[in-house]
Amino acid sequence: MELEVRRVRQAFLSGRSRPLRFRLQQLEALRRMVQEREKDILAAIAADLCKSEFNVYSQEVITVLGEIDFMLENLPEWVTAKPVKKNVLTMLDEAYIQPQPLGVVLIIGAWNYPFVLTIQPLIGAIAAGNAVIIKPSELSENTAKMLAKLLPQYLDQDLYIVINGGVEETTELLKQRFDHIFYTGNTAVGKIVMEAAAKHLTPVTLELGGKSPCYIDKDCDLDIVCRRITWGKYMNCGQTCIAPDYILCEASLQNQIVWKIKETVKEFYGENIKESPDYERIINLRHFKRILSLLEGQKIAFGGETDEATRYIAPTVLTDVDPKTKVMQEEIFGPILPIVPVKNVDEAINFINEREKPLALYVFSHNHKVPVGWELITENIVLILFLISVPVY
Amino acid sequence: MELEVRRVRQAFLSGRSRPLRFRLQQLEALRRMVQEREKDILAAIAADLCKSEFNVYSQEVITVLGEIDFMLENLPEWVTAKPVKKNVLTMLDEAYIQPQPLGVVLIIGAWNYPFVLTIQPLIGAIAAGNAVIIKPSELSENTAKMLAKLLPQYLDQDLYIVINGGVEETTELLKQRFDHIFYTGNTAVGKIVMEAAAKHLTPVTLELGGKSPCYIDKDCDLDIVCRRITWGKYMNCGQTCIAPDYILCEASLQNQIVWKIKETVKEFYGENIKESPDYERIINLRHFKRILSLLEGQKIAFGGETDEATRYIAPTVLTDVDPKTKVMQEEIFGPILPIVPVKNVDEAINFINEREKPLALYVFSHNHKLIKRMIDETSSGGVTGNDVIMHFMLNSFPFGGVGSSGMGAYHGKHSFDTFSHQRPCLLKSLKREGANKLRYPPNSQSKVDWGKFFLLKRFNKEKLGLLLLTFLGIVAAVLVKKYQAVLRRKALLIFLVVHRLRWSSKQR
Repeated sequence: MELEVRRVRQAFLSGRSRPLRFRLQQLEALRRMVQEREKDILAAIAADLCKSEFNVYSQEVITVLGEIDFMLENLPEWVTAKPVKKNVLTMLDEAYIQPQPLGVVLIIGAWNYPFVLTIQPLIGAIAAGNAVIIKPSELSENTAKMLAKLLPQYLDQDLYIVINGGVEETTELLKQRFDHIFYTGNTAVGKIVMEAAAKHLTPVTLELGGKSPCYIDKDCDLDIVCRRITWGKYMNCGQTCIAPDYILCEASLQNQIVWKIKETVKEFYGENIKESPDYERIINLRHFKRILSLLEGQKIAFGGETDEATRYIAPTVLTDVDPKTKVMQEEIFGPILPIVPVKNVDEAINFINEREKPLALYVFSHNHKVPVGWELITENIVLILFLISVPVY
Repeated sequence: MELEVRRVRQAFLSGRSRPLRFRLQQLEALRRMVQEREKDILAAIAADLCKSEFNVYSQEVITVLGEIDFMLENLPEWVTAKPVKKNVLTMLDEAYIQPQPLGVVLIIGAWNYPFVLTIQPLIGAIAAGNAVIIKPSELSENTAKMLAKLLPQYLDQDLYIVINGGVEETTELLKQRFDHIFYTGNTAVGKIVMEAAAKHLTPVTLELGGKSPCYIDKDCDLDIVCRRITWGKYMNCGQTCIAPDYILCEASLQNQIVWKIKETVKEFYGENIKESPDYERIINLRHFKRILSLLEGQKIAFGGETDEATRYIAPTVLTDVDPKTKVMQEEIFGPILPIVPVKNVDEAINFINEREKPLALYVFSHNHKLIKRMIDETSSGGVTGNDVIMHFMLNSFPFGGVGSSGMGAYHGKHSFDTFSHQRPCLLKSLKREGANKLRYPPNSQSKVDWGKFFLLKRFNKEKLGLLLLTFLGIVAAVLVKKYQAVLRRKALLIFLVVHRLRWSSKQR
């Protein structure tokens, strides 16, 4: 492990990864890999998540290709020194900010979108001129093996290496010194990563998770709202870091919501969901059992069917969920959608603020105006769906 | 401790610190404090560092006032949502980034510039709408007491509090949960702070230190070079995080450099340096002894006089320093300037790269290409070419370290950004659901192809123009159909008017 990291650092110190042309070349090679080896890539990911190859393409490969193209187009401009606004003291001087590589970057991938969540950060690290050690998630085995096999065939073999392994190997790896650690995964391991990084004063980027709330206002088009939520929730069998985790709405809306989601599920996956090529499976038995345990004592409005042999859990909706129960204590990361009734938007806001800041927040309403006191303290994307009422005449 | 932090958090949750007007008010109050209580402030800092009040003003107070004014001027613009560039998928949506406060910020101050290094981050934290717990360094006792006394008299007493104490109290404080920790100090404690922060996944900004190298090229004006280095080195008795720590130069330059620095020292501090009001003292006995020990076995070119009673160490220069000796193993943070001879700039670059990344890098040369080369081939928090310290004074620069010299940055808008959460917001409409069909299951090859068409530039550069024309054509057709009646009326009106004009002109 130590030897591997040292080899990569030596490669970085050679200065090879720094020139713009080299970086563009490597990115182009990466794009070639995605295009030429599409079959291998799709097959590996499809095997890990029981996903159709179409969905792998739409959910992972398109984003990777788009990101590479974006880098190739903009990198020549980004690497240049940026002049800054000067003051009286520096009026006659040259003052600029020069972006430079950090050195050796460690990227720890996740298993739920094992390709894009490992390759998209890799693209950024290469673009910035660093050497990279990639540690794909061991839970998505096929993708991990595929990356270890394909990346060295296209990228510089000393600057960008793949190290595979489980908890033990990752712990060893985290003892080494890096110039930046990029981790995608859960909060518990996030703390371990940051603690390990602290020993070397290594800056970290932690893409974690949480329970992303979904508030549905009375004033909205429930058909469209439920369709969109259904799509985002059951995509990848709920195993998405920004999936709508649970719904907050007034009690009177529950039944309609349940009905419409049920209808949409039928529309998306057909009568026999198990046979739909678009419905994935839970990644492994441990998570399957974990998610199952969340159903205990819950009122299942529809769904709830499971099959341990294939790690299948049907799209499920729970109603009148008690916030103190298990399903509301941890990130679900599965196809279970609890509805927690609240009196009004004020209660919803308090509910959200009493809990840890989530990765995403979703609000559905025609009402663009935010009520007084809308001081939601959450992360990342806020998706507010409203009607743009533009008077035409 | 826990109760104090909880009180501040409650104050933050009340939402009081968020409105722009409140933030501006607090910043104005801070400025009033600096102006009205100037005497108390200057006296406290002068006492801690045996510094003249003139120097306190020039080195600390001016920067603080400038920063407050900069915030007051720009904050109204910074707090607004910033629209971002959209793509095909979001073309018709509202897409912006909204800066928001993080919550409760912990600022741990340093002792070497105890006022500015505590207040400048505080200014940023207030500007970003946070509540703040300030923990000044216990080594600069007078300033710590002064801040504890003055800040509550001007700032909101529940949102911004001062907690004083030593290692024990700070360790207790670090067990609490914050939304950001800002620490200025040394690498060893920096690791402790980050480790404590990791337990709560608290982001940190660490302004640390290192040995900032100073390369002097053959091709330069040694008079000016040595004057500038002397100023930056012996300011605050060498206790500056971005002081030029040591010099690298060709052996042939050593004697001249020593001579010129010696002359400049005389010019700055007079014959009897001890009596100069502009020459400071070492902060305490521990550091005094630490710095003294660095002199062991060294060739002292000039200086080296000390007085333990007053913690005085004369401006000192060492020559032919062996890189393996103690003075080259730790950040000096004192008035000792080692000169390490190197063969040429290549050796200098290697020397610097073999060591930890410093907070600052200094290069002196007439040769612009050489300076650029040195910047390209090394890494450091910041760089000043042909001078020292000065990159600190431009707040358009993010000021911070890299590697073991720190992480994160601040000053000016960078402070605001550091203490804010930049939250991306995408507001879509509940209309145009038809376009979403592409993303809903069941998936198919044709849907994938359409996805490629819309999202991947390579597929749509030429076709997008055609698509746009078609789209416009459809829009036009729809509009015409919708407003047929109105358009007909208008067309009739225009026809009548034209007809009338023609008729009336015919009449003539």
